Amino acid sequence: MSTLKAFDSARWVKIALLCVVLVALPFVIDATLGRAWVRIIDVALLFVMLALGLNIVVGYAGLLDLGYIAFFAVGAYCYALLASPQFGIHGSFLVLLPLGAMVAAVFGIILGAPTLKLRGDYLAIVTLGFGEIIRIFLNNLNRPFNLTNGPQGITLIDPLQAGGISLSKTYTYDGFAIAPVHLYYFVFLACALLTIFISLRLENSRIGRAWVAIREDELAASAMGINTRNVKLLAFAMGATFGGVAGGLFASFQGFISPESFTLLDSVMVLCMVVLGGMGNVRGVVLGAILLTALPEALRYIGPLQQQWLGRVFIDPSDLRMLLFGLALVLMMLFRPAGLWPSKTRQRELIGIDATEKAGG
Amino acid sequence: MPPLLEVRGLKVAYGGINAVKGIDLDVGAGELVALIGANGAGKTTTLKALAGLLKPAAGSVRYDGHDVTGTPAFELVRRGLALVPEGRGVFARLTVAENLAMGAYIRDDKAAIAADCEHAYATFPRLAERRSQLAGTLSGGEQQMLAIARALMCKPRLLLLDEPSMGLAPIVVQKIFETIRAVAREGVTLLLIEQNARLALQTCDRGYVMESGLITLSGEAKALLDNPDVRRAYLGE
Repeated sequence: MSTLKAFDSARWVKIALLCVVLVALPFVIDATLGRAWVRIIDVALLFVMLALGLNIVVGYAGLLDLGYIAFFAVGAYCYALLASPQFGIHGSFLVLLPLGAMVAAVFGIILGAPTLKLRGDYLAIVTLGFGEIIRIFLNNLNRPFNLTNGPQGITLIDPLQAGGISLSKTYTYDGFAIAPVHLYYFVFLACALLTIFISLRLENSRIGRAWVAIREDELAASAMGINTRNVKLLAFAMGATFGGVAGGLFASFQGFISPESFTLLDSVMVLCMVVLGGMGNVRGVVLGAILLTALPEALRYIGPLQQQWLGRVFIDPSDLRMLLFGLALVLMMLFRPAGLWPSKTRQRELIGIDATEKAGG
Repeated sequence: MPPLLEVRGLKVAYGGINAVKGIDLDVGAGELVALIGANGAGKTTTLKALAGLLKPAAGSVRYDGHDVTGTPAFELVRRGLALVPEGRGVFARLTVAENLAMGAYIRDDKAAIAADCEHAYATFPRLAERRSQLAGTLSGGEQQMLAIARALMCKPRLLLLDEPSMGLAPIVVQKIFETIRAVAREGVTLLLIEQNARLALQTCDRGYVMESGLITLSGEAKALLDNPDVRRAYLGE
């Protein structure tokens, strides 16, 4: 009994510490690394949401989706169109974020329904096409009726604001300034934590088990009494919902969106976060999202460092970024094929049964 | 009393190819019925259609007094009609215990599920020894036992078994058929497909012989075993 109590209090101390760290983080980063890094953390949190959404589709249900960024785009445009001078509508985010999530979910089902019988490579191709279709539509829906403003994108998108408080303003208390990037940090953190919570709950739910069954053997899954059609559609819809919310937040945060933000490369990046981090494991996916957002930014320092130490820039950091990224992917697949922090069942699948049996006893 | 499963004029087609060309078949409650035939006779297709995994092109399927033609599999499982798929279809990368839990997917009575799990382990001591082992690491015979145990977890009244002896050593096949008899004794109605005609007919009460999509013979299992046509075609005499 006493050990249980000790464990509990240790756990609470940990949680309290984590809270303090998370609250202090943007201010510490701001003071040490500069404001640009607070912004990077904000973006990383958005990618945590996106990666967790894709993790439902790819990691839990095992459906390879290469057009996931389309749902991010749908959420972002949904918010941007209804909270900008584009149509002169300035809706509240309290309405627009859930609306964006719902619209994205509908798009998820629109993508899911015709692909129910597809798996693996074939599904990947169709989802890739879907992602491109959405982007091309956004690019061209400025004629005959200007819906999306085409390649110019939508500007002057409203920030998150409610009851006179706007997240685009700096608030000062006793000389302590809280800038928009800090405010957005807390909003994104709350949303990311909520996504993590939902993901964890889903993983151990009945639905989560149904997804595992489908991933393993679809025929056997339906013989277990699982409605494979609905459960797969639910995976697409849930994943899209996360993407839609992240999209709305992204639009409000940036104040400007254009189809260029939603390319195939972005879909691939989110997929890499899921795969590198550890498919199917929430912790791994969060880690993957943060690493893949932060590391390319950190590489920017390579340019000035070369200047300082070697006299001139030999390798352009932007070239180095793709090179290192490719190298990292190859090394990962060789040495940690199940990701940095894999889930147990996924590890069995990707490394092979014998290896885990030895490791797990 | 009408039979538990009543099939009339069932036709199943893949695209333009008729795999099952109109068959009649009855399975009474508590019976143990075999459907035998050579490769490609349409046995698996028939079973898949009965389990709701394929939509029949024509004909009717009545189960427990209701028309269930074209009812999807997940619905039929809830009504107590379960299938052990061909090639066993265990979840290879889940443990034995996780596989059994998956079998009880449609149920939510935790205590009863746990009790049934223990019952399964008592029936299949091999599985109990390996409960935390991955299903993919089991031998073929153990996997078949797991597949049957898993299907029983949804408390079926009628269990369809697709080639339980496939790819197993003769001594293991004997063991599986003992298991099947034990399941039948517990009151589960069984319809099984077999290529191993002798063993199937020795085990079952009645049998149907299927040949290129049609049922050519049917009757008491003993009578079929003595039938010269069956002996020549399926028993190698």
